[in-house]
Amino acid sequence: MSNNTVGRKSSGLDKVFRIALYTVLIVVASFYLMPFVVMLITSLKDVEEIRTGTLLSLPASLHFDSWAKAWSSACTGSSCGGISPYFLNSFQIVIPAVMISTLLGAINGYVISLWKFRGSDLFFAALLVGCFIPFQVILLPMARTLGWLGIANTTTGLVFVHVVYGVAFTTLFFRNFYQSIPGELVKAARLDGAGFFTIFYRIILPVSTPIIVVTVIWQFTQIWNDFLFGVAFSGFDTQPVTVALNNLVNTSFGGKEYNVDMAAAIIAALPTLAVYVFAGKYFVRGLTAGAVKG
Amino acid sequence: MNTEAANSGSGQTQSGRPARLSLADWMPKIVMAPTVIVTLVCIYGYMIWTAVLSFTNSRMLPSYNFVGFDQYERLFNNDRWIVALTNLGIFGGMFIAICLFLGVTLAIFLDQKIRAEGALRTIYLYPMAISFIVTGTAWKWLLNPTNGLEKMMIDLGFEDFRFNWLADPDMVIYCLVIAAVWQASGFVMALFLAGLRGVDGDLIKAAHLDGASTFTTYRRIILPSLKPVFFSALVILSHIAIKSFDLVAALTNGGPGYSSDLPANFMYAHTFTRSQVGLGSASAMVMLGCVLAILVPYLYSELRGERHE
Repeated sequence: MSNNTVGRKSSGLDKVFRIALYTVLIVVASFYLMPFVVMLITSLKDVEEIRTGTLLSLPASLHFDSWAKAWSSACTGSSCGGISPYFLNSFQIVIPAVMISTLLGAINGYVISLWKFRGSDLFFAALLVGCFIPFQVILLPMARTLGWLGIANTTTGLVFVHVVYGVAFTTLFFRNFYQSIPGELVKAARLDGAGFFTIFYRIILPVSTPIIVVTVIWQFTQIWNDFLFGVAFSGFDTQPVTVALNNLVNTSFGGKEYNVDMAAAIIAALPTLAVYVFAGKYFVRGLTAGAVKG
Repeated sequence: MNTEAANSGSGQTQSGRPARLSLADWMPKIVMAPTVIVTLVCIYGYMIWTAVLSFTNSRMLPSYNFVGFDQYERLFNNDRWIVALTNLGIFGGMFIAICLFLGVTLAIFLDQKIRAEGALRTIYLYPMAISFIVTGTAWKWLLNPTNGLEKMMIDLGFEDFRFNWLADPDMVIYCLVIAAVWQASGFVMALFLAGLRGVDGDLIKAAHLDGASTFTTYRRIILPSLKPVFFSALVILSHIAIKSFDLVAALTNGGPGYSSDLPANFMYAHTFTRSQVGLGSASAMVMLGCVLAILVPYLYSELRGERHE
């Protein structure tokens, strides 16, 4: 931005400076990449190679059996069916939770920015605090409530919890986005006889695509990666994949199979990594949305 | 839920003309009602509930025998809690400091018209998309004393290289710092890079015309203008630190012994596995206090700033 090395003939000093700059950036990049590379390499070795080789020594031949085992036959504490059932559990939790919390967030944001009523700003402030409380203060009461509602240890229960504590963030996203829509637009539409939902459906939703994408990606990542709610509120057969992964890694019948651990970890990370790779721009926007005022 | 909302709303006075009252006027309140109710109950109600429990002698199940501040007294006489709190201080302090330093430095470096900036950015930030459980699993393997980093360095010829922090009660907390920095520093980079891109270009040109070097321009003009970004990053990082639970569960499981426990793990263990609900609730309230101590001044200054604009 401020560097005008490009403009003028670069002197020797500038050249040295640029080389140093690139070196630092690449060294740091390798620090970030290394754990993933090691995980991948390890997952493709057999146990013997892991014992004799080092972290970065390449496997002599590729072994995919650890992947098969991680997926369908590794032991995760209570059962030995691999992490595939839990991988599916995660999807069963994430999909409805993301859809419901995004929809609620959109409507709340719409009301808070375009249909203000007495107390709506105050409520928004109260909701914001909800983004930041440490969830430890709600864990036990929520566990009791889920019990009373009869949805303890169920997928429904987990969806409920994720919606309740996700809606603060989704509302924040949509509210900030709708803040830039002129209120006159809504007033004019009302004079034309359009109702609350017509305006939302015809005027607001069509311009909301970017923020919907940001919100869906944010919620997907948050809920997929959740561990606290998963471990506190799930039953044996409704565990999300993060909980199963942790059980798998900490279960040790006989020898430790690091290749299986690593394969399972990569599998558990794949969905969010895929989202990041294909929609990184929106992911970053979600990350910075809460922090940079917009 | 909706009927309840309509009833509770009917007590309020409508500022519009009564003649034009229609369903549309009630719609905003009706659709907001579920969120309002759930927020009041599941955030504020539960907070109060936990606060109440922290003053009781609840063990396995909540009971309502009030014992005043006994649980808090027990908490601060509990060695494991003191370890957890000290760990939070070390972990949080180092995690925040290193993330900020790395994040700012990388952002400035990336801002020098770097080729392949997009690719580098993607690499720096990808850990943020991964669960702390995966991060913990990966680093547990990388840092393990028998086959991990230590063996690699010895094989590379550094015969005396020792790295057994994961098994060393005094050093294990730094393993958590390493893994957490790996995960979150790219995020700080992204925040600052966005901030840098938003700095007024004319300001920088003027500084250059006045003969200021790139270094001086950053130090005196650009970085000071990023104060809000700095505070946001600080708040978010401390928030991550205080809530850290999964990383400990996956990387060290609190061990060796309880030397790498953090408050969140203490709270979980006492509430759900050790049948000490009262004590667990007290620890949760202390955690809430920590978050509020950071959050309230921040929100206050944010809101005041908004009013001045």
